[in-house]
Amino acid sequence: MKAELLLGDEAVALAALHAGLTAAYSYPGTPASEILEYLIKLKEEHKHLKASWSVNEKVAYEEALGVSFAGKRAFVSMKHVGLNVAADPFMNSAITGTNGGLVLAVADDPSMHSSQNEQDSRYYAQFAQIFCFEPSNHQEAYDMTRRAFDLSEETGLPVMIRLVTRLSHSRSMVQPREARGENGLTYGASSDWTLLPVNARRRFKILLEKQPGLIRLAEESEFNRLELNDKDRSLGVIAPGIAYNYVMENLTSKGKAPSLLKIGAYPIPETLCRRLVNHVDTVLVVEEGYPFIEKTLRGLFGIPGKAVRGKLSGDLPLSGELSPEVVRPALGLPGLPRRELSGFQLVARPPQLCQGCPHADALIALNKALEGSPGANVFSDIGCYTLGAYPPYKAVQTCVCMGASVSMAKGGAEAGVSPSVAVIGDSTFGHSGLTPLLDAAAANTNMTVVILDNATVAMTGGQPSYASGERLLRLIEGAGVPREHIRVIEPLPKNLEKNVKVIKEELAHEGISVIVAVRECVVEARKKKRRD
Amino acid sequence: MKQDIILAGVGGQGILSIAFVIDSAALKTGFHVKQAEVHGMSQRGGAVQSHLRLSDGRIFSDLIPRGEADMILSVEPLETLRYLDYLRPEGIVVSSSTPFINIPDYPDIDAVLGKIREVPGHIIIDSEKLAREAGSARTQNMVMLGAASRHLMVKKDDLVGFIGVLFETKGSSTVAANIKAFELGRGAAGPHA
Repeated sequence: MKAELLLGDEAVALAALHAGLTAAYSYPGTPASEILEYLIKLKEEHKHLKASWSVNEKVAYEEALGVSFAGKRAFVSMKHVGLNVAADPFMNSAITGTNGGLVLAVADDPSMHSSQNEQDSRYYAQFAQIFCFEPSNHQEAYDMTRRAFDLSEETGLPVMIRLVTRLSHSRSMVQPREARGENGLTYGASSDWTLLPVNARRRFKILLEKQPGLIRLAEESEFNRLELNDKDRSLGVIAPGIAYNYVMENLTSKGKAPSLLKIGAYPIPETLCRRLVNHVDTVLVVEEGYPFIEKTLRGLFGIPGKAVRGKLSGDLPLSGELSPEVVRPALGLPGLPRRELSGFQLVARPPQLCQGCPHADALIALNKALEGSPGANVFSDIGCYTLGAYPPYKAVQTCVCMGASVSMAKGGAEAGVSPSVAVIGDSTFGHSGLTPLLDAAAANTNMTVVILDNATVAMTGGQPSYASGERLLRLIEGAGVPREHIRVIEPLPKNLEKNVKVIKEELAHEGISVIVAVRECVVEARKKKRRD
Repeated sequence: MKQDIILAGVGGQGILSIAFVIDSAALKTGFHVKQAEVHGMSQRGGAVQSHLRLSDGRIFSDLIPRGEADMILSVEPLETLRYLDYLRPEGIVVSSSTPFINIPDYPDIDAVLGKIREVPGHIIIDSEKLAREAGSARTQNMVMLGAASRHLMVKKDDLVGFIGVLFETKGSSTVAANIKAFELGRGAAGPHA
């Protein structure tokens, strides 16, 4: 097979296809979106493959679990915070176990390039007590994903691939291997898959009994490699995932190589760690994300006679992503000479709403309608419209997690916030906004929900949105919002006055109301025009 | 032999197209390639950059270490300055002089260009003017690629060939405009620059 130049995300996707994949599911989210994007592209040539966007990550995970139950190979991908949404089926799928291979790719976002936090998904793998791979480069991303499907079937458990932004969104060459065929249809045993307490207790015991085997698999994995330097026992380095690259980048030209444990497979390989620790005086743990290995190694009281260095010791920063220059001083190397930008004040260039964006018109109208309401609060959500927090709009006051605008507006209203407003996009509403609206409609809470229906998932590149158009209106009505308080506006500069009036009327209404601002995303409209 | 290039610009200016052309030419020559990109939020008119690493040996880090970049190739002058501390002391700058002003506090453009001129061996190109001359203001990225082309460790013919591949689906007039933009940029940078 021909080598290809691929994003890390794409390498994982291609490997999943080649592993005999039947179906893949995901919800868009940076930096994981390109995984399913690529599988959808691959569908054109691989007609058997099912790959589609789900309404949210929980649904995606459950759909994949249903495929696995039926004996076929399933793949699900998401960004790190997406796994919070999918945590329920994720945790329980380790108890049911799997039938066909089930692989979950999670892309963490250290430095929060496009996220609300930089949580480290390795904790989730440990929490669920499953195997986890952490690739350092594109070829490993491919090879580990191929291996992950086999391993899932060998252990009867889901397997996680942990990615980070810099691998997900970096390109390099990948050498693919011969593709494998699909599995046949075989059903899982119902007593394993029905987690009534009697079954769950039995299944949890089985999960616990599998743990020593998982550690052994990690110890023997080709992706965990220990190299001991017998001449110099001063320093040993543990470097998982892409942190390994930053260590090697600094060491290659400098001659002196410390003992090095490269980790690519978890649970943490205990014996390999012990051998390294016994061999050296100081252990430096360089890892992308939280000090997961460092904390485990150090425990509460440290290792007698040994120094453990890393993020907890202050040798490396606890927040933000690593880079070659961040790792350099921890290895005891001097900084590289470089050009300095002295005497010039750089200004930031934050992302912003596009020229002609319908969100801008909707937010301007909302701002105007709220003039003279000092007690108002606009709870918002995850999407392009979150950029409405920046000037000149300064139109939204919260952004917490998918769907939180609607639930928080209800809480706010009940605490006395008035007017209490939620601003949410159509896809985010479908993801997690519908259920809290059901709550608010049932309670007839005094709040106004503004749904910005631009008919796409815009921020992540224009994936399909399901809660849009007519279906969206029927969903709102079905949730129990009175028909006369579901108002549709078209956010355009020429409609400003009319729209302000509608919004004002609904803000004044004592009870639940929903305003749907309908206008297509300008970027998607342009794309469509180019295609036609 | 290696070349580490920071590509810089504003979301939507097409720096990933520059990266595609250089990557493809480098792979054809047999070099190793790593290219870190920016996706997601910043693509909405924010500052974007790409770390492009070419080498005849193994490349470890996806990110160029600060102090290792051989070149900053930028479609926007303020964005050039944003990555100046990635440049090795003898590294070069190939920068557009055309500001992309979408922020209220954009600094004085003469001060920005003055700062770029402090880098020895700088190449500053009026990319907007040349792009219009080539037939489309959207070809500024190819103007800048052309301006940098004499300093890249890949063949000119390969670069031109892959510009053709990149714009193939958009029709022959788009291909021609982009190749013309490349040639104008290359010419403007001067034979000895």
